[in-house]
Amino acid sequence: MSSGEGSSQSSSKKSRQPKYSRFTQQELPACKPILTPGLVVTTFILVGVIFIPIGLLSLSASERVVEIVDRYDEDCIPSDQEKTAFIQSDKTNKTCVRSLTVPKKMQHPVYIYYQLDNFYQNHRRYVKSRSDKQLRNPENEDLTSPCEPEARVDNKPIVPCGLVAWSLFNDTYGFSVGGMNLSVNKKDIAWDSDKNYKFGSKVYPKNFQQGSLIGGGKLDEKIPLSEQEDLLVWMRTAALPSFRKLYGRIEQDLEANEMITVVIQNNYNAYAFGGKKKLVLSTTTWIGGKNSFLGLGYITIGGLCLFIATTFIVMYLIKPRPYGDPSYLSWNRNPPGN
Amino acid sequence: MARGRIRAKLRRSNLYTFACLRPTTQETEGPHQFQGPGYSRMVYCNQPHVHEKKPLRYRSNYISTTKYNIVTFLPKAIFEQFRRVANLYFLLAAILSLTPVAPFSAVSMIAPLAFVVGLSMAKEALEDWRRFMQDMKVNLRKTSVHKGDGVFGYRSWRKLRVGDIVKVEKDKFFPADILLLSSSYEDGICYVETMNLDGETNLKVKRALEATLAFDEDLSFKDFTATIRCEDPNPNLYTFVGNLEYDRQVYPLDPSQILLRDSKLRNTAYVYGVVIFTGHDSKVMQNATKSPSKRSKIEKQMDKIIYILFTLLVLISLISSIGFAIKVKYQLPNWWYLQAPDSQNFYNPLRPELSGTFHLVTALILYGYLIPISLYVSIEVVKVLQALFINKDINMYDEETGTPAQARTSNLNEELGQVDTILSDKTGTLTCNQMDFLKCSIAGTSYGKKASDVEVAAAKQMAMDLEGPDPELANVVTPKNHTTLPWETNGQELRASEIELEAVITSKDETDRKPAIKGFSFEDDHLMDGNWLKEPNTDFILLFFRILSLCHTAIPELNEETGTFTYEAESPDEGAFLVAAREFGFEFCKRTQSSVFVRERYPSFDKPVEREFKVLNLLDFTSKRKRMSVILRDENGHILLLCKGADSIIFDRLSKNGKMFIESTTKHLNEYGEVGLRTLALAYRKLDEAEYTAWNEEFCKAKTSIGGDREGMLERVSDMMERELILVGATAVEDKLQKGVPQCIDKLAQAGLKLWVLTGDKMETAINIGFACSLLRQGMKQICIAANADSLAQDPKKAVKDSISMQIANASQMIKLEKDPHAAFALIIDGKSLTYALEDDMKYQFLNLAVDCASVICCRVSPKQKALVTRLVKEGTGKTTLAIGDGANDVGMIQEADIGVGISGVEGMQAVMASDFSIAQFRFLERLLVIHGHWCYKRIAQMICYFFYKNIAFGLTLFYFEAFTGFSGQSVYDDWYMILFNVVLTSLPVISLGVFEQDVSSEVCLQFPALYQQGPKNLFFDWYRIFGWMGNGLYTSLIIFFLNVIIFYDQAFRAGGQTADMSAVGTTMFTCIIWAVNCQIALTMSHFTWIQHFLVWGSVVTWYVFLFIYGEMSPVFSGNAYKILVEALAPAPIYWSTTLIVTVACNLPYLTHIAFQRCFNPMDHHVIQEIKYYGKDVEDRHMWRRERSKARQKTKIGFTARVDARIRQLKGKLQKKYSTLGGRSTLASS
Repeated sequence: MSSGEGSSQSSSKKSRQPKYSRFTQQELPACKPILTPGLVVTTFILVGVIFIPIGLLSLSASERVVEIVDRYDEDCIPSDQEKTAFIQSDKTNKTCVRSLTVPKKMQHPVYIYYQLDNFYQNHRRYVKSRSDKQLRNPENEDLTSPCEPEARVDNKPIVPCGLVAWSLFNDTYGFSVGGMNLSVNKKDIAWDSDKNYKFGSKVYPKNFQQGSLIGGGKLDEKIPLSEQEDLLVWMRTAALPSFRKLYGRIEQDLEANEMITVVIQNNYNAYAFGGKKKLVLSTTTWIGGKNSFLGLGYITIGGLCLFIATTFIVMYLIKPRPYGDPSYLSWNRNPPGN
Repeated sequence: MARGRIRAKLRRSNLYTFACLRPTTQETEGPHQFQGPGYSRMVYCNQPHVHEKKPLRYRSNYISTTKYNIVTFLPKAIFEQFRRVANLYFLLAAILSLTPVAPFSAVSMIAPLAFVVGLSMAKEALEDWRRFMQDMKVNLRKTSVHKGDGVFGYRSWRKLRVGDIVKVEKDKFFPADILLLSSSYEDGICYVETMNLDGETNLKVKRALEATLAFDEDLSFKDFTATIRCEDPNPNLYTFVGNLEYDRQVYPLDPSQILLRDSKLRNTAYVYGVVIFTGHDSKVMQNATKSPSKRSKIEKQMDKIIYILFTLLVLISLISSIGFAIKVKYQLPNWWYLQAPDSQNFYNPLRPELSGTFHLVTALILYGYLIPISLYVSIEVVKVLQALFINKDINMYDEETGTPAQARTSNLNEELGQVDTILSDKTGTLTCNQMDFLKCSIAGTSYGKKASDVEVAAAKQMAMDLEGPDPELANVVTPKNHTTLPWETNGQELRASEIELEAVITSKDETDRKPAIKGFSFEDDHLMDGNWLKEPNTDFILLFFRILSLCHTAIPELNEETGTFTYEAESPDEGAFLVAAREFGFEFCKRTQSSVFVRERYPSFDKPVEREFKVLNLLDFTSKRKRMSVILRDENGHILLLCKGADSIIFDRLSKNGKMFIESTTKHLNEYGEVGLRTLALAYRKLDEAEYTAWNEEFCKAKTSIGGDREGMLERVSDMMERELILVGATAVEDKLQKGVPQCIDKLAQAGLKLWVLTGDKMETAINIGFACSLLRQGMKQICIAANADSLAQDPKKAVKDSISMQIANASQMIKLEKDPHAAFALIIDGKSLTYALEDDMKYQFLNLAVDCASVICCRVSPKQKALVTRLVKEGTGKTTLAIGDGANDVGMIQEADIGVGISGVEGMQAVMASDFSIAQFRFLERLLVIHGHWCYKRIAQMICYFFYKNIAFGLTLFYFEAFTGFSGQSVYDDWYMILFNVVLTSLPVISLGVFEQDVSSEVCLQFPALYQQGPKNLFFDWYRIFGWMGNGLYTSLIIFFLNVIIFYDQAFRAGGQTADMSAVGTTMFTCIIWAVNCQIALTMSHFTWIQHFLVWGSVVTWYVFLFIYGEMSPVFSGNAYKILVEALAPAPIYWSTTLIVTVACNLPYLTHIAFQRCFNPMDHHVIQEIKYYGKDVEDRHMWRRERSKARQKTKIGFTARVDARIRQLKGKLQKKYSTLGGRSTLASS
């Protein structure tokens, strides 16, 4: 009896003993890197050495970009008229001619952008006001619930619905050099994913801009949404209230000092909210458009790292500390009793 | 059974002078006169069915210590969960997310909350389930109950009812509070061990009423009925008032008839009793306080941080909504493309204040990312894993009892790293409650070669310190003119002492392997095997052995298997003496009513001689008398008085010619005391027949006298006899400390922890143990505060209080005036004084004194006082306290302390059940605190700091972006990014930090206990550090946001001419955040196993993988993020170069900070890491050892302090030797 109990006890004892494993005993092999002075200096110098060339490269890429920016909202409106009334009227002539000088040779493709300032495309009410399902599939035409207040007209669904589509930018630009028309390629300005997947090729605009309030541009009801690239670009809402969007491409080189004549149809009402409208012509390089900040940033950080490395070296020379010197232990620095 | 009958012949009460003998005339004391509230309980003995109906239906014997039951679990646990502010906030946010004001989808708010709360509740449930299982174990214990008609049968404890007659057998616990009716002894005495109640280890005698003595058989209960009227359930362990009405007579009851639940029957075959209090009515359960839910200091501080973040949250939400209202009022009417106002007034320029208010709610939800919802759940996960490591630690597994350490509640792990004061129980915690006869001094000669634990450890320490040429020691030995003394001589001399020391150690180690006799560790050939006959002073040695074998109250018990006797003694000391006597050849073998028989074995005889000694009188031991004597008549008719007692008492009573050996004995006693042994002096006296007869008459008179002064009279009479003694010698018994206790105390002291001992034991015992575990040492100034009972002033209470107040004030004054910085004080206070010292007007005075003392020992304290002292320390010093104990008497303090540790593996489980951590042995406390505590503290501290950093870094970017969206509440990130941020992408690395980080390895933690001080000093979670991390978070958020915004401002971001839309900017920004925070955590870690690498870098990879998969999903799910990585971002070099520059820029300040800090202002663990990194500890072992010994110099208690003192002595000796022998030894060596 007692022996039986004993044996069962001892077996239960055994089972309670924790099993040894390097994991449970917290003895897994580990690397314990330490910031030795050598490592510190190497790291900082390395960062500096890598960053400065990257910065210079970026900067030079940015410098190669040729960019023409022309703000036309002020000049393309008669100064004697009330601006909002002028722009909202159907009857006024909104054609405006601008001439731009090419500062440097611009190799093709030359990208044409329109830029809006102070336009809150990122406003929550605005961003939410669209129906992705409707844009993709003709069967979902009735799914307009997020689109309020631009959801329905006379209880018929608007395609594409929502404020984003409704406020489509509708200024147009025509370019000519020395009387020769420059053709503007408006194909492939939108992302392929938008064209192929997000916007259906069988979804046609319906009841668009038919309401009491007319927002921005109108759409050709015979062309499916996936091919309305202006709309696609517009519907990729910008992150900031000041943004550029691709308008088209000029597929030929522009020589330096050439005069470009731009005929602008100044339709879009940026006056009501005090926004600026700009026309931008720009070439690109591998970093995109003109962006000297990135290069300068790299150079600054790289320089800073070199500076820190130098400071570290100098301080270390002034007040060297042999690493692993026990005299720096607290009990040696502040002996007990003091 | 047979044994029981033999014993039943003995009337044990004859053995006692005081405690158990009462005048037989009962009539003088009438029944207790009490009535009214508080004394209403009626118990009908043997009629438990009466108690099944109201109003006598008392509580059942079922006990439950769980927090919840099935019904209350859900509401109660949910309530507990939402008591956390953050959870409440998230609940509100989740509810609001169902309304259109929410910036995110409802699922993204509710899912994480449900997950977090569910996980915490599951943990609660599991812990409560464990408690329930523990309770059930107790509830299902069986006991023998009268089932009617004199038949007894087993029934589980929980089914016991009031009024049941129970039969409890030897070594069993009492299932409830029981009135003792009869026992296996004829006179109704039984022995009870109350260790679980008050921690006292000596057995207590309980005595049944004369009236019920006859019921000592199962059958006799057939028709037994009686009624008990007694006090209502109360927590007072030492009082009981009641009357027993039996046979139309009323008998008063007092505490000596009450057997309390959780105490244990000892030395008695069986007892019968009536159940009076059951279950939660029993005194021990009444003493149990509800286990409080404890929270660690770090967690409390974390709450403050959460409040700060809440303030920040409300502040930025207010800024947002005011900004929004202004925009709505003045600008929104012009923003035709928004078609304001809307029908719901969210954007109504005519009512901007209303829209602003709606927006406030939106903002509060949006910026909720400042408050990390996953923080609690991550901490919970981390703590559970840390607890797992504690449970699995093989070095905290006790082979003997088979119990591993257990973290019973995991939410205090980091508190283990911040402990300042340890309050420890003594018995069962520090000691194993086993006495070993180790040394003796007979007739001025000391015997016994074996070293005590203290000696062994001291020797080891010294041997280690002297191993190499210690420069310090060498400097002492070698004066400045080093030409005179070459190293060799010095070394030789040291080596000699080293060998000596080593001999001590090895001898100890060898004997450990021998099958030891329990209670006997004596080793000396001079006395063993009859060799004592060859010693001088043989008659004294003979007397010494006789005193050992005769002067006691024990009963022998023959072990039939081995043929030897074991002894059931009241105190373990006595048992040790008897075992020693047996081993010396004086085997106590039989006790009858009047005689004691001893088998004496001499080498010259083949067979032992059995001698009979008639016991004439026995003057027993009380704590006041501090001695016991027995008067015997030997076979030759000589009358002898044999006496043993405290040395001071005995020395005072020696006759002029009895002081022959007093000098050498005193010297030996001091030596024994110094090495932590319990000592007693032995003496005898020869009596004339006439003298004895005269005295005996008086003694009998006193014995039978009636009235309150009987005890005083007895004492005086006894005192008359115990005079003119002749000193024989002294004994030294080692109160076996638990394995490794002194070393552990030493290490804990080196770690800067203070240790208070709170014990129910006597002051002398406590002091002895204090010596044994080096809490006390010679040369320490002992401040003893005791209540002087002699003051017979008109207001004795006030007089006592004044006297204690005076004592405290004097002691404080003394400490203040002490100039020697090395002076150490020890405070010893007894329970009675403590009652006064703990009163409100005195407690801080007392605390201040106690804090100034290196060690504090409180003796004779009740469980309640233990808890009160703990509370005083906890609240008075504001520092973390840890209470450790093993018995039910420690439950109060275990619950009261910030951390309660229970010793598991011994019987009673109460302490373990109430504790937060349980370990099998005291020595594991070192590992638990110094390694696990240290690690857990740093881990949790770093983890929380990092958590706030990362959430501030992330949350503020949302806020900045708001300013660019007209404060409309739009987030730049996709909803899914935000959900995943806390739950997946950044949580695992921080969990790995919290689980696996080690600043230094476990060996180093043990070698440098001083590192532990980083915890109590709170170096890693002070406001400086917290705000540093918050600042870092702020900086990171600024860098991430503005660098991204400027880089992606309006230009095309790739060669194809496309400009970045919101999702491109948001995704890039999010990529930067993922990189920045993960690199940050990699910089924070100092210990990378593959797990950390996997989780940190895995998180970054997961982000890209997620982005890829998310982008591949149908645009219905992914929306604007459709194909974002493949099509838009990955081919753009600027995406990658932005990630790089932002990551580096974010981590640059922190990297610079840690590089400069380590280099120019290193902390201890930095230097030690470096020493390990460069392998300097292996290269320069001497330096390593020196640093280790230096790291612990601060302590005033523990071995080290003691060893230091010894080394100083040795140095002094060496120096002396050198000055006399210096020249010669140079010659000798050459």
